[in-house]
Amino acid sequence: MSFLILGNAPDALAARRSFLGKSGLLLSGAAVALLARQEALAKGGKSGASDVRILNTALGAELEAIAAYQLGAESGLLQKPVLDLALTFQGHHKQHAEILSQTIAKLGGKPVAAKDKYNFPTDTLKTQADVLRFAATLEKGAVSAYLGAVPVFHNSDLAKAAASILGDEAMHWAILRNALGEVPVPSAFMA
Amino acid sequence: MTALARALAGVALAFAAGSAPAAAKDTAPRGDAKAGEAVYARCLACHALAYDRTGPRHCGLFGRRAGSVKGFHYSNAMRHSNIVWSRKTLDRFLANPMKAVPGTAMGYAGVTDPKERADLIVYLEQANASPECRKTP
Repeated sequence: MSFLILGNAPDALAARRSFLGKSGLLLSGAAVALLARQEALAKGGKSGASDVRILNTALGAELEAIAAYQLGAESGLLQKPVLDLALTFQGHHKQHAEILSQTIAKLGGKPVAAKDKYNFPTDTLKTQADVLRFAATLEKGAVSAYLGAVPVFHNSDLAKAAASILGDEAMHWAILRNALGEVPVPSAFMA
Repeated sequence: MTALARALAGVALAFAAGSAPAAAKDTAPRGDAKAGEAVYARCLACHALAYDRTGPRHCGLFGRRAGSVKGFHYSNAMRHSNIVWSRKTLDRFLANPMKAVPGTAMGYAGVTDPKERADLIVYLEQANASPECRKTP
Protein backbone atom coordinates (compact mmCIF):
# COMPACT_ATOMS: atom_id res chain seq x y z
CA MET A 1 0.00 0.00 0.00
CA SER A 2 1.46 3.29 -1.04
CA PHE A 3 0.16 5.02 2.06
CA LEU A 4 2.04 2.71 4.38
CA ILE A 5 5.30 3.45 2.62
CA LEU A 6 4.69 7.18 2.77
CA GLY A 7 3.42 6.96 6.32
CA ASN A 8 6.73 5.68 7.68
CA ALA A 9 8.78 8.55 6.31
CA PRO A 10 9.66 11.16 8.98
CA ASP A 11 8.89 14.02 6.59
CA ALA A 12 5.49 12.54 5.87
CA LEU A 13 4.74 12.19 9.58
CA ALA A 14 5.74 15.80 10.22
CA ALA A 15 3.67 16.92 7.27
CA ARG A 16 0.68 14.95 8.53
CA ARG A 17 0.99 16.50 12.00
CA SER A 18 1.17 19.93 10.40
CA PHE A 19 -1.84 19.10 8.19
CA LEU A 20 -3.85 17.88 11.16
CA GLY A 21 -3.03 21.03 13.10
CA LYS A 22 -4.11 23.24 10.23
CA SER A 23 -7.32 21.30 9.59
CA GLY A 24 -8.15 21.70 13.27
CA LEU A 25 -7.72 25.42 12.89
CA LEU A 26 -10.03 25.45 9.88
CA LEU A 27 -12.72 23.56 11.74
CA SER A 28 -12.36 25.94 14.66
CA GLY A 29 -12.97 28.77 12.24
CA ALA A 30 -16.16 27.15 11.03
CA ALA A 31 -17.21 26.50 14.60
CA VAL A 32 -16.72 30.12 15.51
CA ALA A 33 -18.72 31.18 12.46
CA LEU A 34 -21.57 28.90 13.47
CA LEU A 35 -21.72 30.01 17.05
CA ALA A 36 -21.05 33.71 16.45
CA ARG A 37 -24.09 34.08 14.21
CA GLN A 38 -26.57 32.37 16.47
CA GLU A 39 -28.75 35.45 17.05
CA ALA A 40 -29.20 35.99 13.33
CA LEU A 41 -29.87 32.30 12.81
CA ALA A 42 -32.48 32.18 15.55
CA LYS A 43 -34.63 34.63 13.62
CA GLY A 44 -34.97 32.20 10.75
CA GLY A 45 -38.57 31.00 11.33
CA LYS A 46 -39.52 28.36 8.75
CA SER A 47 -36.16 28.77 7.09
CA GLY A 48 -34.46 28.21 10.42
CA ALA A 49 -36.48 25.06 11.02
CA SER A 50 -35.46 23.75 7.62
CA ASP A 51 -31.81 24.47 8.38
CA VAL A 52 -32.12 22.67 11.71
CA ARG A 53 -33.52 19.58 9.95
CA ILE A 54 -30.59 19.58 7.54
CA LEU A 55 -28.12 19.96 10.41
CA ASN A 56 -29.78 17.14 12.32
CA THR A 57 -29.57 14.79 9.34
CA ALA A 58 -25.89 15.68 9.01
CA LEU A 59 -25.43 15.06 12.74
CA GLY A 60 -27.03 11.62 12.43
CA ALA A 61 -24.59 10.71 9.66
CA GLU A 62 -21.61 12.05 11.64
CA LEU A 63 -22.59 9.99 14.67
CA GLU A 64 -22.79 6.91 12.48
CA ALA A 65 -19.35 7.69 11.03
CA ILE A 66 -17.91 7.90 14.56
CA ALA A 67 -19.37 4.47 15.30
CA ALA A 68 -18.05 3.08 12.01
CA TYR A 69 -14.49 4.21 12.76
CA GLN A 70 -14.84 2.76 16.25
CA LEU A 71 -15.82 -0.55 14.70
CA GLY A 72 -12.79 -0.36 12.43
CA ALA A 73 -10.47 0.56 15.30
CA GLU A 74 -11.72 -2.32 17.44
CA SER A 75 -11.74 -4.84 14.60
CA GLY A 76 -8.09 -5.75 15.04
CA LEU A 77 -7.72 -5.46 11.28
CA LEU A 78 -6.09 -2.02 11.15
CA GLN A 79 -2.32 -1.81 11.53
CA LYS A 80 -0.38 1.27 12.48
CA PRO A 81 -0.14 3.87 11.01
CA VAL A 82 -3.52 3.23 9.37
CA LEU A 83 -5.08 2.73 12.80
CA ASP A 84 -3.81 6.16 13.91
CA LEU A 85 -5.19 7.69 10.77
CA ALA A 86 -8.60 6.11 11.34
CA LEU A 87 -8.67 7.45 14.89
CA THR A 88 -7.67 10.90 13.64
CA PHE A 89 -10.51 10.87 11.13
CA GLN A 90 -12.88 9.67 13.84
CA GLY A 91 -11.72 12.64 15.90
CA HIS A 92 -12.68 14.97 13.06
CA HIS A 93 -16.15 13.42 12.92
CA LYS A 94 -16.46 13.88 16.66
CA GLN A 95 -15.64 17.56 16.22
CA HIS A 96 -18.17 17.85 13.39
CA ALA A 97 -20.83 16.17 15.53
CA GLU A 98 -20.08 18.37 18.53
CA ILE A 99 -20.39 21.63 16.63
CA LEU A 100 -23.47 20.46 14.74
CA SER A 101 -25.12 19.43 18.00
CA GLN A 102 -24.30 22.74 19.68
CA THR A 103 -25.59 24.72 16.73
CA ILE A 104 -28.84 22.75 16.53
CA ALA A 105 -29.43 23.36 20.23
CA LYS A 106 -28.67 27.05 19.93
CA LEU A 107 -31.16 27.29 17.08
CA GLY A 108 -33.83 25.81 19.31
CA GLY A 109 -33.72 22.32 17.83
CA LYS A 110 -33.19 18.99 19.54
CA PRO A 111 -29.99 17.31 18.39
CA VAL A 112 -30.42 13.66 17.48
CA ALA A 113 -28.58 11.27 19.78
CA ALA A 114 -26.29 8.45 18.75
CA LYS A 115 -28.13 5.17 18.25
CA ASP A 116 -27.62 2.36 20.70
CA LYS A 117 -26.74 0.11 17.80
CA TYR A 118 -25.75 0.71 14.18
CA ASN A 119 -26.01 -1.70 11.29
CA PHE A 120 -22.68 -2.24 9.59
CA PRO A 121 -21.75 -4.88 7.02
CA THR A 122 -19.43 -6.62 9.46
CA ASP A 123 -19.58 -9.93 7.58
CA THR A 124 -17.79 -8.28 4.64
CA LEU A 125 -14.98 -6.74 6.72
CA LYS A 126 -12.23 -9.36 6.75
CA THR A 127 -9.08 -7.37 6.00
CA GLN A 128 -7.61 -3.91 6.51
CA ALA A 129 -8.42 -3.11 2.89
CA ASP A 130 -12.08 -4.07 3.47
CA VAL A 131 -12.28 -1.65 6.39
CA LEU A 132 -10.59 1.12 4.42
CA ARG A 133 -12.90 0.54 1.45
CA PHE A 134 -15.93 0.66 3.71
CA ALA A 135 -14.71 3.89 5.31
CA ALA A 136 -13.98 5.36 1.88
CA THR A 137 -17.53 4.55 0.76
CA LEU A 138 -18.96 6.38 3.77
CA GLU A 139 -16.65 9.36 3.31
CA LYS A 140 -17.49 9.67 -0.39
CA GLY A 141 -21.17 9.51 0.47
CA ALA A 142 -20.63 12.20 3.09
CA VAL A 143 -19.00 14.48 0.54
CA SER A 144 -22.01 14.06 -1.75
CA ALA A 145 -24.43 14.59 1.13
CA TYR A 146 -22.78 17.85 2.20
CA LEU A 147 -22.54 18.90 -1.44
CA GLY A 148 -26.30 18.37 -1.70
CA ALA A 149 -26.90 20.24 1.55
CA VAL A 150 -24.78 23.33 0.94
CA PRO A 151 -27.14 24.92 -1.61
CA VAL A 152 -30.31 24.28 0.40
CA PHE A 153 -29.31 26.06 3.60
CA HIS A 154 -31.19 29.31 4.00
CA ASN A 155 -28.36 30.77 6.04
CA SER A 156 -25.13 31.28 4.13
CA ASP A 157 -23.00 30.95 7.27
CA LEU A 158 -24.34 27.45 7.75
CA ALA A 159 -23.67 26.68 4.10
CA LYS A 160 -20.10 27.89 4.54
CA ALA A 161 -19.63 25.76 7.65
CA ALA A 162 -21.07 22.71 5.85
CA ALA A 163 -18.67 23.35 2.98
CA SER A 164 -15.82 23.42 5.49
CA ILE A 165 -16.86 19.98 6.75
CA LEU A 166 -17.25 18.80 3.14
CA GLY A 167 -13.62 19.72 2.48
CA ASP A 168 -12.51 17.66 5.46
CA GLU A 169 -14.54 14.63 4.36
CA ALA A 170 -13.11 14.93 0.85
CA MET A 171 -9.59 14.82 2.27
CA HIS A 172 -10.50 11.71 4.25
CA TRP A 173 -11.85 10.06 1.10
CA ALA A 174 -8.75 10.91 -0.94
CA ILE A 175 -6.35 9.63 1.73
CA LEU A 176 -8.33 6.41 2.18
CA ARG A 177 -8.26 5.85 -1.59
CA ASN A 178 -4.51 6.47 -1.55
CA ALA A 179 -4.11 3.95 1.25
CA LEU A 180 -5.96 1.43 -0.90
CA GLY A 181 -3.55 2.06 -3.77
CA GLU A 182 -6.24 3.82 -5.81
CA VAL A 183 -5.96 7.17 -7.54
CA PRO A 184 -6.59 9.54 -4.61
CA VAL A 185 -8.52 12.13 -6.59
CA PRO A 186 -10.25 10.33 -9.46
CA SER A 187 -11.96 13.31 -11.06
CA ALA A 188 -11.98 17.09 -11.20
CA PHE A 189 -15.53 17.37 -9.92
CA MET A 190 -17.65 15.72 -7.24
CA ALA A 191 -21.35 15.01 -7.46
CA MET B 1 -21.50 15.03 -22.00
CA THR B 2 -20.53 14.68 -18.35
CA ALA B 3 -23.14 14.81 -15.60
CA LEU B 4 -21.78 18.14 -14.44
CA ALA B 5 -21.97 19.58 -17.95
CA ARG B 6 -25.54 18.26 -18.30
CA ALA B 7 -26.43 19.79 -14.95
CA LEU B 8 -24.93 23.14 -15.91
CA ALA B 9 -26.73 23.00 -19.26
CA GLY B 10 -29.97 22.24 -17.39
CA VAL B 11 -29.45 25.24 -15.13
CA ALA B 12 -28.77 27.45 -18.15
CA LEU B 13 -31.96 26.25 -19.83
CA ALA B 14 -33.93 26.78 -16.66
CA PHE B 15 -32.69 30.34 -16.40
CA ALA B 16 -33.56 30.91 -20.05
CA ALA B 17 -37.07 29.59 -19.46
CA GLY B 18 -37.44 31.45 -16.17
CA SER B 19 -38.23 28.29 -14.24
CA ALA B 20 -36.56 25.61 -12.13
CA PRO B 21 -35.53 22.34 -13.80
CA ALA B 22 -38.63 20.18 -14.01
CA ALA B 23 -38.86 16.51 -13.20
CA ALA B 24 -38.96 14.30 -16.28
CA LYS B 25 -42.42 13.46 -17.58
CA ASP B 26 -43.34 11.16 -20.45
CA THR B 27 -40.08 11.92 -22.22
CA ALA B 28 -37.98 10.55 -19.37
CA PRO B 29 -34.65 9.19 -20.60
CA ARG B 30 -33.95 5.48 -20.44
CA GLY B 31 -31.92 4.55 -17.42
CA ASP B 32 -28.75 2.50 -17.22
CA ALA B 33 -28.31 0.42 -14.06
CA LYS B 34 -24.50 0.50 -14.10
CA ALA B 35 -24.47 4.29 -14.33
CA GLY B 36 -27.16 4.33 -11.67
CA GLU B 37 -24.96 2.37 -9.29
CA ALA B 38 -22.39 5.17 -9.52
CA VAL B 39 -25.11 7.73 -8.79
CA TYR B 40 -26.22 5.61 -5.83
CA ALA B 41 -22.76 6.11 -4.26
CA ARG B 42 -23.98 9.62 -3.42
CA CYS B 43 -26.76 8.14 -1.32
CA LEU B 44 -24.40 6.01 0.75
CA ALA B 45 -23.77 8.66 3.38
CA CYS B 46 -27.25 7.98 4.71
CA HIS B 47 -28.79 4.96 2.98
CA ALA B 48 -28.13 1.27 2.38
CA LEU B 49 -30.09 -1.25 0.41
CA ALA B 50 -30.74 -3.83 3.09
CA TYR B 51 -30.75 -1.95 6.39
CA ASP B 52 -31.79 1.36 7.90
CA ARG B 53 -29.21 4.04 8.56
CA THR B 54 -29.70 7.82 8.82
CA GLY B 55 -32.17 7.17 6.02
CA PRO B 56 -34.39 4.13 5.53
CA ARG B 57 -33.44 1.01 3.58
CA HIS B 58 -34.10 0.85 -0.15
CA CYS B 59 -34.92 -2.83 -0.46
CA GLY B 60 -38.67 -3.15 -0.89
CA LEU B 61 -38.92 0.44 -2.06
CA PHE B 62 -41.18 0.02 -5.10
CA GLY B 63 -44.81 -0.11 -4.10
CA ARG B 64 -44.02 0.85 -0.53
CA ARG B 65 -45.87 3.72 1.11
CA ALA B 66 -43.47 6.54 2.06
CA GLY B 67 -42.74 6.66 5.77
CA SER B 68 -43.75 3.07 6.39
CA VAL B 69 -40.58 1.10 7.16
CA LYS B 70 -41.19 -0.40 10.57
CA GLY B 71 -38.94 0.94 13.29
CA PHE B 72 -37.54 3.80 11.22
CA HIS B 73 -38.08 7.29 12.60
CA TYR B 74 -39.42 9.44 9.75
CA SER B 75 -40.25 13.13 9.63
CA ASN B 76 -43.93 13.94 10.03
CA ALA B 77 -43.80 15.36 6.52
CA MET B 78 -42.73 12.05 5.02
CA ARG B 79 -45.16 10.00 7.10
CA HIS B 80 -48.04 12.14 5.88
CA SER B 81 -46.88 12.57 2.30
CA ASN B 82 -49.27 9.94 0.88
CA ILE B 83 -46.60 8.92 -1.57
CA VAL B 84 -46.33 5.36 -2.83
CA TRP B 85 -42.90 4.85 -4.34
CA SER B 86 -42.83 4.17 -8.04
CA ARG B 87 -40.67 5.26 -10.96
CA LYS B 88 -42.80 8.35 -11.32
CA THR B 89 -42.96 9.38 -7.66
CA LEU B 90 -39.26 8.67 -7.17
CA ASP B 91 -38.40 10.78 -10.19
CA ARG B 92 -40.40 13.69 -8.82
CA PHE B 93 -38.99 13.33 -5.30
CA LEU B 94 -35.36 12.87 -6.32
CA ALA B 95 -35.48 15.95 -8.57
CA ASN B 96 -36.00 18.14 -5.52
CA PRO B 97 -36.76 16.29 -2.27
CA MET B 98 -37.37 19.40 -0.17
CA LYS B 99 -39.83 20.80 -2.70
CA ALA B 100 -41.60 17.46 -3.24
CA VAL B 101 -42.00 16.83 0.50
CA PRO B 102 -41.55 20.10 2.42
CA GLY B 103 -40.30 19.24 5.87
CA THR B 104 -38.52 16.06 4.83
CA ALA B 105 -35.42 15.21 6.84
CA MET B 106 -33.61 14.62 3.56
CA GLY B 107 -31.90 17.98 3.34
CA TYR B 108 -30.50 17.47 -0.10
CA ALA B 109 -30.67 19.53 -3.27
CA GLY B 110 -31.63 16.52 -5.34
CA VAL B 111 -30.46 14.76 -8.47
CA THR B 112 -31.28 17.47 -10.96
CA ASP B 113 -30.11 15.66 -14.09
CA PRO B 114 -33.05 13.64 -15.55
CA LYS B 115 -30.67 11.07 -17.05
CA GLU B 116 -28.96 10.50 -13.71
CA ARG B 117 -32.35 10.10 -12.02
CA ALA B 118 -33.40 7.57 -14.65
CA ASP B 119 -30.14 5.69 -14.14
CA LEU B 120 -30.58 5.71 -10.37
CA ILE B 121 -34.18 4.50 -10.54
CA VAL B 122 -33.29 1.64 -12.88
CA TYR B 123 -30.44 0.68 -10.55
CA LEU B 124 -32.80 0.69 -7.57
CA GLU B 125 -35.28 -1.48 -9.50
CA GLN B 126 -32.51 -3.94 -10.36
CA ALA B 127 -31.16 -3.91 -6.80
CA ASN B 128 -34.66 -4.58 -5.45
CA ALA B 129 -34.73 -7.78 -7.49
CA SER B 130 -31.31 -8.90 -6.18
CA PRO B 131 -30.83 -11.75 -3.69
CA GLU B 132 -29.69 -9.19 -1.09
CA CYS B 133 -33.06 -7.45 -1.26
CA ARG B 134 -35.13 -10.60 -1.64
CA LYS B 135 -33.94 -11.83 1.76
CA THR B 136 -34.54 -8.41 3.40
CA PRO B 137 -37.82 -8.11 5.30
